[in-house]
Amino acid sequence: MFSNLDVLNDTAGHPLDRRSFMKCALASGAALGASGFVRPAAAVPSAAAAGTENDALFTVEAKFYQKLAERKIKCKLCPRECVVGDKERGYCGVRENRGGVYYTLVHSRVCAAHVDPIEKKPLFHYLPGTIAFSLATAGCNVNCKFCQNWEISQSRPEQVPSEFVPPQRVAELAKHYDCPTIAYTYSEPVIFAEYLMDAADAGHAAGIRSVVVSNGYMQEDSLKAAYGKMDAVKIDLKSFSESYYRQVVSGQLKPVLDSLVTLRKMGKWTEIVYLVLPTLNDSDAEFRGLAQWIKANLGVDVPLHFTQFHPEYLLRNLPITPVPTLERAKAIADAEGLHYVYIGNVPGNPAQNTYCPRCRKMLVERVGFTASQILIRNNSCPFCSQRIPGIWQA
Amino acid sequence: MSKDSSGSRRDFLRHSLPGAALLCATGGREALAAATPVMAESGATGAKSSVIVARDEQLRGTGSAVDPQRMLALLDRAMQALTGRNQPVDAWRKLVRPGETVGLKVNTLGGRGISSNVHLVAAICQRLLLAGVRPADIVVWDRESSELERAGFHLAIGGDRVQCYGTDRIGYEDDLSAFGSVGSLLSKILTQRSSLLINVPVLKDHDGAGVTIALKNMYGVIHNPNKYHPEGCNPYIADVNMLPEIRSRMRLTICDATTAIYEGGPGYKPEHCWNANTLLVSTDPVALDFTGWQIIERKRAEKGLKTLEAEMRAPHYIATAADAEHRLGTNDPKKILLVEV
Repeated sequence: MFSNLDVLNDTAGHPLDRRSFMKCALASGAALGASGFVRPAAAVPSAAAAGTENDALFTVEAKFYQKLAERKIKCKLCPRECVVGDKERGYCGVRENRGGVYYTLVHSRVCAAHVDPIEKKPLFHYLPGTIAFSLATAGCNVNCKFCQNWEISQSRPEQVPSEFVPPQRVAELAKHYDCPTIAYTYSEPVIFAEYLMDAADAGHAAGIRSVVVSNGYMQEDSLKAAYGKMDAVKIDLKSFSESYYRQVVSGQLKPVLDSLVTLRKMGKWTEIVYLVLPTLNDSDAEFRGLAQWIKANLGVDVPLHFTQFHPEYLLRNLPITPVPTLERAKAIADAEGLHYVYIGNVPGNPAQNTYCPRCRKMLVERVGFTASQILIRNNSCPFCSQRIPGIWQA
Repeated sequence: MSKDSSGSRRDFLRHSLPGAALLCATGGREALAAATPVMAESGATGAKSSVIVARDEQLRGTGSAVDPQRMLALLDRAMQALTGRNQPVDAWRKLVRPGETVGLKVNTLGGRGISSNVHLVAAICQRLLLAGVRPADIVVWDRESSELERAGFHLAIGGDRVQCYGTDRIGYEDDLSAFGSVGSLLSKILTQRSSLLINVPVLKDHDGAGVTIALKNMYGVIHNPNKYHPEGCNPYIADVNMLPEIRSRMRLTICDATTAIYEGGPGYKPEHCWNANTLLVSTDPVALDFTGWQIIERKRAEKGLKTLEAEMRAPHYIATAADAEHRLGTNDPKKILLVEV
């Protein structure tokens, strides 16, 4: 079955020490990918259908939808507003209309779980140097041609091995592995909003925070309800162009920008990642437009991460993003006045570190996904007392 | 047919599909008018694509259920018209050879009300066996085993009999297959159990795509069909049919229009179904879809409904499938030879 979740099973009956868990769960190194899956050795029909007998365990009525005539429904979770007939599913593939009632099929249906450094999300201004109990279910409400986790994000829940991990168990596991944070990540947490909300409540009751790594492609009401329970949010802003969103992401830019503004108004700590794809979203004009929009609508203190693309999924014909391209993006955003512009997925690059915007001294040094030196004291620069925005204390 | 395969056929009929006894008795019913050979390929040659429209007003006799014997006769008539052969066995031997593994991709999303008819599938299997295909080399399949069962099929896995199961029993390939806007994992039933594909869709209205007939039935082959419903499924349906593993195997479409739905599809809406008592058969799925679309439009007009174009859901993917980038067949009425039998 699925090695990562075997760890969860083992933990339930036979607690593993942290080293054993980490050895198993983090064996694959970088973000969750194909390595976690064990495929059938041969194409032999099985005697029993896999995964269907426990369907009821994961099936909970959805929170965000509207009933229509003839047993149809309109989903109100994301801007697609899928109109779904009886026995059909929405675009995400994880929500199904059964007799005019819309259900999520992925509540507590975890297909990936790891303990990750928080820097891997990446969240650089949130409890640096800590770890997060990170989980995902199958499914996504967009279809990025570069998705690194497409094997779970672009699948239906019954197509990937999963385990039943109810909210209370999530909190217990996070506590067991000394994680101050639960992270909803890997696939697209928008589509498991109900589970995320319940797990966040269970975590908070146990003194554990929650963060989400999301595309932000949500309706305002669902965003407020679900991400209102988060302690920090990382939004993947895939591009600053509607045509890119339409052609490469199968989504729309405007609702994502609206979500960022809403999160800002809600006072949620938010960081933005922009994955730079050679030739597709790497023009000076786009970088400049993005930085100007952030400055005008969110402020100069929102961290912006320009990260390196690696060929995946349907975009294997593109090269890895050249580091000079990332440095050009950062230079443009810096010049526009943003205070915290990072370069990601490039180990050893000095732009992974946090610097004081006033005195330019280094405040957080990062090596890979590790915060090797944290100098911030009382939310401020120890050299010039400049306040450094973020969540720095557990 | 060998003794072994006869036994297997009985086994298949007993265990896999209903109507076994009746089907066993139909071996000699292979009369039917021999038509002019009309099977042709469209495209650069300028030859027309044939679409056989075979109808039997007495298909259900005096009842509501399809008469299996008349279904077999109707199929024979259609296949002989398509191939120009006088005998059913000769018609089928023109399309399949012993040793080939044949996937019958049915459509069972609509439950018993509006799925590929089990008697039609049984008749196709009977003729494949007659043509020398081994029982275990035939697999009747769709996405989910449970959907096959709900549509009236009996699952059959293993043994020397016709196989019947869903992709959920065998899974999808690990590697993506891609064309145009589409990237998908393909059912291992297609890639590993079917050297050729016989598409057995149903004639249905579709609230998003306009109609769902032959081309859209291939959504049941991929792991992520939910990703390809926006924009009236255009160009996704055409792109899915261009996936090399699908295109290279597609040999024949036998569309079940014994019961069809002209409005409210693709789910079963009895108030919008009609007993068309018809089969559409072609080697050109685009021509067949175009023909099926016109049949649905005529029925909609008869019922006083707007055209699909007026409802902003005309099946534009059919034209896309015929365009220069796809060339999956023709949607030009002048290049379609309609043969009614």
